[in-house]
This record gives sequence, structure tokens and C-alpha cells, in this order.
Amino acid sequence: MSDKVLMKGNEAIAEAAIIAGCRHYFGYPITPQTEIAAYMAKRMPKIGGCFLQAESEIAAINMVYGVASTGKRVMTSSSSPGISLKGEGLSYLAGADLPSLVINVQRGGPGLGGIQPSQSDYFQATRAGGHGDFKMIVLAPASVQEMAELTVKGFELADKYRMTAMILADGTMGQMMEPVALDALKVNPTVEKPWATVGTKMEREHNIVNSLFLDPAALEQTNFERFERYKTIEETETLYEEYLMDDAEICVAAFGIAARVSKNAIDEARKQGIKVGMIRPITLWPFPTAPFKKAAEHCKAFISVELSMGQMIEDVRLATECKAPVTLCNRVGGMIPSPEQVLASICKAAEQNGGAK
Amino acid sequence: MSTKQFLFSGFGGQGILFAGKFVAYKGLMAGKNVSWLPSYGPEMRGGTASCGVIVGDEAVGSPIVSTPDVLVAMNLPSLDKYESSVAPGGIIFVDSTLVTRPVNRTDVTVYALPATQMASDNGTPTLANMILVGKILEALGEFDEEGVRAALGKVISAKRADMLDVNFNAMKLGANY
Repeated sequence: MSDKVLMKGNEAIAEAAIIAGCRHYFGYPITPQTEIAAYMAKRMPKIGGCFLQAESEIAAINMVYGVASTGKRVMTSSSSPGISLKGEGLSYLAGADLPSLVINVQRGGPGLGGIQPSQSDYFQATRAGGHGDFKMIVLAPASVQEMAELTVKGFELADKYRMTAMILADGTMGQMMEPVALDALKVNPTVEKPWATVGTKMEREHNIVNSLFLDPAALEQTNFERFERYKTIEETETLYEEYLMDDAEICVAAFGIAARVSKNAIDEARKQGIKVGMIRPITLWPFPTAPFKKAAEHCKAFISVELSMGQMIEDVRLATECKAPVTLCNRVGGMIPSPEQVLASICKAAEQNGGAK
Repeated sequence: MSTKQFLFSGFGGQGILFAGKFVAYKGLMAGKNVSWLPSYGPEMRGGTASCGVIVGDEAVGSPIVSTPDVLVAMNLPSLDKYESSVAPGGIIFVDSTLVTRPVNRTDVTVYALPATQMASDNGTPTLANMILVGKILEALGEFDEEGVRAALGKVISAKRADMLDVNFNAMKLGANY
């Protein structure tokens, strides 16, 4: 049996990154993710790695670009306002097809916002991390163990598809402690990176890492090729978890902390005889469209539980093709829906779509 | 033990987060599912601190403790803020050195220990938290020396191993009160 230790989600991410072979971390402090940087500051020098507190988030993401160019596993972390600052760098990483892992431990916004948990960067993560046509693989952990597992997974996916993977967590996931089995983490061998700029040894042509293409036809081609890869990812890398969906007539959609809260509400609703289940997306991009489409065949109503004004709800509506009503159950600004609030939404959906009880 | 929700609260510096972490580890080592969630933010700097701990046989859903079964109030503002949230039939532990009013709720069990005074008299002024934790475990029927020592070993770093006995003795003091 693996030895479980209690760790904060932020610390679990940092340690898992080291286990995954990350030896370069660049960051700038911001609540509620600073433990990641603190942990890296303590650990990296002991294992011959590099921890560097950059002068800003923008500097940090460009340092990531530099290390990523050499094919080394590299990570940065921040929280919502800091991720906005990294937007330009994220776009450049995409344009240069560089792998990296970026952590967003979300806090309430917009603007400087607050420091309490939020999920209101869903659109930013899944739609528009920066300018231009590009995607990031977006992973949404719902436990401290998953914070660790998805960090390893994120590095592997980033390498495999030469793109940025983002862990989209929130203040609760970052700050809470839960038992973690780090020795249960599986790390696969790293893939070859023949494109890396690590010196030619006078044996090959220079590798060039670049996101500038002044010839529009050439630039168009890079976009086409990139989106071919995105298509493969959509077809093969979707992750989700279903909870009590077999006989469900009402389906809750929730990720991260919202899924944890929803589980309490669903258990209570089941006790009251309401047939409700949950689909928890683990990849937010690619979004798990298939299970929602399937659920739309037998569910009478969907409820999107979010710490935002309703962002994932759009993907739920697209996936279910409006075959059933989708309502929103939310709190924002750093507030978290209570299990009672989610339960009330479930009961309301059951009443309005008669027979669900 | 079915699922129990604990809320530890007091001033920053009283060892609130540490006490919660100890209780979480004690549960983990007994094979329970546990979670620990601190309040974080500007209120921690010299102000109030709190953390919610859930210990149970089933997987922990929401880690947010809004209706604690056990409230530990190490100062008056904490009792004022959280007294009404305690589940009916729950337990409130107060540090009566600092909490100068009685608990108003009549549907809960109350343990009032002058923990800060006891800690001071014991020559360990920083361990009022563990005196209270000792009482909690005793009241819940979970004060087994082996388990307590093992959990202390997890929360006290090897470099401070000398503090293990000191903490244990403080807990014993609380348990025997």
C-alpha cells in the first residue's frame, strides 16, 4: 500500500512536477498559489534544478519559452490576474509549438478581484488564452491526488502534442490538504524532441524555434497542421468521470471544487428519491462532448454548477444540442455554492421536469 | 465513527492550523478519509485564523465545513462568529482563558478549558492548542497513546523531535482536565 501524506494541493502540484522531471520553474508570487513557488524555491536547489522568481509574470512565461525551446520540462504557475499577464507568452508558445505546463489556481475576478476561489477563467483557458487561433489542453483536478496526477499527465500531453497544458484549479484546491500517494504516480518515458535547440554538434541543420511567419501561406499552413493535432486530441484525450449516471434523469455538470460540493448535494437528492447524477469533465478542453450527448438521450434536465456567471454552461448546451434545458447554479467573486444551494437547484429541476422523482 | 466535521478557530499564532492538521493526520492514520481546508487571506495576518477538517469513513465530498459537529473556539470572536453554525447535538470546546462569556446554545455539549492559562502554568505557553486537542480526543473516546504519538510524529518535523513529548504531555494535560 502506498504511503499517504497530507499535502496542500499547491504543494502536490510542485512535488508532482519534480517527479515528472521538471527541473525549471519560473514564477511570481500571487495568492492563492504561492505555495507552489515556495515549494520549488526549497526543493529545486537541492536537486540541481532551477527556481527563479522572475521580475514579473510576463518575464516568467518568456523564461518558460526559453527553456521549452531546449526541450526540457518547464513550468510556471500563477493565479487569474497573473495568467492574463502571461497571455502574450501563451500565444507565442502556441505559435512556436512549444510544450509547457502552466498552472492557474483561480481567484475571483475580473480585475485584481479577490483572493478567494473562482472558476471564472474557464473561457480564458478553453477559448482565448491569448491572441490567435490556438488551444491549450486544460485539466481540471477535483482532489489533491488529482492535482498531482494531472500535473504529470499535463507534462506528458504537452510533450506529446507540442503545446501548453494548463491545470485549471482554484483557491480551494490549492489551499486544501488531503492524503496524497505520490509513489503511486506513474511517469512514462519522455518522447524524443528532435526539434529542440540544443546545439547541432555540426551534425545537422539548425533547429529554429519561432512564431513569426511573414508569408501568409506558410502561416496558414502552420495553423492547419496545428488544428490537425487538436483534432487528434479531441478524439483521443478526453477525460471525464461519471457519478450515478446510469439511471439519472437529471444531470449535474461540474468540475473541480464545484464537483465536490455537487457530490454532497447529489447524495442527499438520491436519499430523497431524485434520480440525479453527475458528469465531471476532467479535460475542459477537449470538452467531453460524447458523455453529455449520450446523457441528453435520457436526462430531462441539466444543471451546470460553476463558480462563474455561467461559462462551462455554454459547452454543456453545445454538447447536449439543446435537447434538454440547461440551468445554472452558481456563486461568484470568491463565494462557493453550498450543497444546499445545489440541492435546491436539483429539486427545482425535478419538479419542473415532472417524473424525475 | 461516522463523518465528523471539525472547525478550529482563533487568533493567528495560536496554532489553529497545526491543531487541525494533527486531527486530520490522526484520522488518516486510522484509515479514515480526511480533508483540511484553511481560511486564507488578509484576515490571517494578525487576525482570526480557522480551518475545517473532515474525518470520515466515506470519501470527502465538499471540504468546506459550514455546519461543524465540533467547534473549537480559542477566542471570543470565534465563538461569536461560529457558535450558531454548530450542528445540533454537536460539541463546542472553548479556551475559557480568552473566551469570557458562556456558550449560549443549549443543544450542544460544551467543554470549557482555561487552556491558555494551563499552557502558561505548564511552562509551554504556545501549546494551548494541543491542550484543547487532547481534550477533544478524550471526549470523542479517541485518545490512544500509540495513535496520538504516531500522528504527532507526522506533524512535528524530525529536527524538532524533542517537541514530541512536550506536545504529548500538553495533550495529556488537556485530556485529564
